Amino acid sequence: MSGEWLQFLAGGLTIGAIYALVALGFSIIYNASHVINFAQGEFVMIGGMSAVSFIGTGLPMPLAIVGAVVAAGAVGLLLEWLAVGRARKADVVTLIIITIGASIFLRGLAQLIWDKSIHALPALSGDHPIALFGATVLPQSLWVLGVTVVVVIILSWFFNRTLLGKAMLATSYNRLAAQLVGIEVRQVLLASFGLAAALGAIAGVLIAPITFTSYDIGIMLGLKGFAAAILGGLGSFPGAILGGLLLGLLENLGAGYVSSAYKDVIAFALILAVLFIRPDGILGARKSDRV
Amino acid sequence: MQLFKSARAALYAAGTVFAGALVAAAPAQAQEPIRIGAFLAVTGPAAFLGDPEQKTLEMYIERLNAAGGVIGRKLQLVSYDSGGDAEKARTFTKRLIEQDKVDLIIGGTSTGETMAAVPLVEQAQIPFISLAGAVVIVEPVKKWVFKTPHTDRMACEKIFTDLNHRKLNKLALISGAGGFDRSMRAECLKVAPKYGIEIVADESYGAADTDMTAQLTKIKGTAGVQAVLNCGFGQGPAIVTKNYRQLGITQPLYQSHGVASKEFIKLAGGAAEGVRLPAAALLVADILPANDPQKPVVTAYSHDYTARYKSDVSTFGGHAYDALMIATEAIKRAGSTDKAKVRDEIEKTKGFMGTGGAFNMSPTEHMGLDLTAFRMLEVRNGNWTLVKD
Repeated sequence: MSGEWLQFLAGGLTIGAIYALVALGFSIIYNASHVINFAQGEFVMIGGMSAVSFIGTGLPMPLAIVGAVVAAGAVGLLLEWLAVGRARKADVVTLIIITIGASIFLRGLAQLIWDKSIHALPALSGDHPIALFGATVLPQSLWVLGVTVVVVIILSWFFNRTLLGKAMLATSYNRLAAQLVGIEVRQVLLASFGLAAALGAIAGVLIAPITFTSYDIGIMLGLKGFAAAILGGLGSFPGAILGGLLLGLLENLGAGYVSSAYKDVIAFALILAVLFIRPDGILGARKSDRV
Repeated sequence: MQLFKSARAALYAAGTVFAGALVAAAPAQAQEPIRIGAFLAVTGPAAFLGDPEQKTLEMYIERLNAAGGVIGRKLQLVSYDSGGDAEKARTFTKRLIEQDKVDLIIGGTSTGETMAAVPLVEQAQIPFISLAGAVVIVEPVKKWVFKTPHTDRMACEKIFTDLNHRKLNKLALISGAGGFDRSMRAECLKVAPKYGIEIVADESYGAADTDMTAQLTKIKGTAGVQAVLNCGFGQGPAIVTKNYRQLGITQPLYQSHGVASKEFIKLAGGAAEGVRLPAAALLVADILPANDPQKPVVTAYSHDYTARYKSDVSTFGGHAYDALMIATEAIKRAGSTDKAKVRDEIEKTKGFMGTGGAFNMSPTEHMGLDLTAFRMLEVRNGNWTLVKD
């Protein structure tokens, strides 16, 4: 019994950590621009797929991972530079629609550059499951959890200790005031896209050995990551992590103890219930409109 | 100047060749080409089926044309990408019938797409050969609708026969949420009692799910499970296989014919060892005994496809080959593209040896394959091996 419980927990935490990384990407861009970037899932896909093709060309695993993260980061920067940034004077809704267009475009491009089949990445340290108190965990799951923790630590250092990080935070609190004290808001926006894309790519590379990767995985992961960000409170970094882990756990426990056919229903019904009580998410800042 | 001269000469030469080609083509042009309509899921979640189907049709229509066409007429392929979407499939079928005025339709990569097209082809009275798996396509028999892939019920029966051989009768099911997955699950539940198989667990997972350990943990905790069958398609079964090994479940694992391609072994890697699944002979063309009646056709198709596209054959492309050949043979026998005559001739297909097996159609049987069409395969050392019946 305890084995079963642990198994559901381990599975839920692994997938939850991935949702958390995607949700962090949503929050970073939302903070910098109030745009919900619906191409966030595509960054995950680009990370996984480019790692697969880098390995295909014979690069060693660590280089391929770095290459994939850099490639996705570059795509993120290009997306801001070529599309979102150019229209930054437009309405937020317009910008959101641009990101939806970009996600469709990137998916199409991925089909052309790569292919339509499903690919697997080799696991970072083998496929041999580790037994823990009656549950079994893949080493890759530990990688996912470990890297997520490291990423969160680096991010909190970045936002609290570096000038660019502080500038990004300042922009998220008050864009006009940030501009007045001399922060280049345009650069902040650019950096936020690059950072979000790199985060997505890390998630994509980490998850590819467990769940495989293909040109269209971004749709589902993007949606779940978005739900996680909303659950935790859009724009809140601890909220994104909490939301991601919670969503992963809800799904897995729902599948395990209630019904596997309705696991998404269970997870999303609980999210709705939470949002009824706290419309801004669990850790979201309560907004009050000033008159 | 010299350059201009030679360029002009080349132009002249090209012009002459072109004119010559026109003259040569003239008699053939007098005859309208035979239009073969197709709607396939070349992109989307079922792309790995639709893509080889499309490639196969293109390649063999080219070949038939190079050999002079069928009944003295060239073949023309009019193909649309339905992306696995039933609504698009309906639109394209309409367009094939009304605008492109095709003589016959091949397609519907998935059951959903096929069933969306069925009312239209029945109404327009046009021969239609589906490439999808489910039994509902030909049961009850619809006058104008045929199909070439084996049904999911046959896959269940093949698996259950194998279970009977191994004296296992308590089976756990884990199925995906797609059309193929649900249809196969329903068929397996239906025929299980006939083979004395008891279904002791019945789990499911979503189409884009990435982790099935929760469902498999439940199965692992169910008392008396002797074997597990995964009715699934796409990346789901590969994840199930990996999770299965991760959890250290020792009972035999069966997969469906829906994942019968090298892709599955590649994705699941070492976890695929020992997995059994029913599949067409095509996949194991090279290990079939020399006296196998299917050996020549599957070897030839496998050779042609890999030579042209540099990728592994899948049974799905084979279904398209069978459909095209059954159709062209029927047109030859009918001596025209008269839709009613062609339909009658398709129905009279007897003993046609395709990549999927021997086809024997009749007014009550619009698929015409029997259980011998399936081989039980087991993954050993990263490759398919035949399980002796």
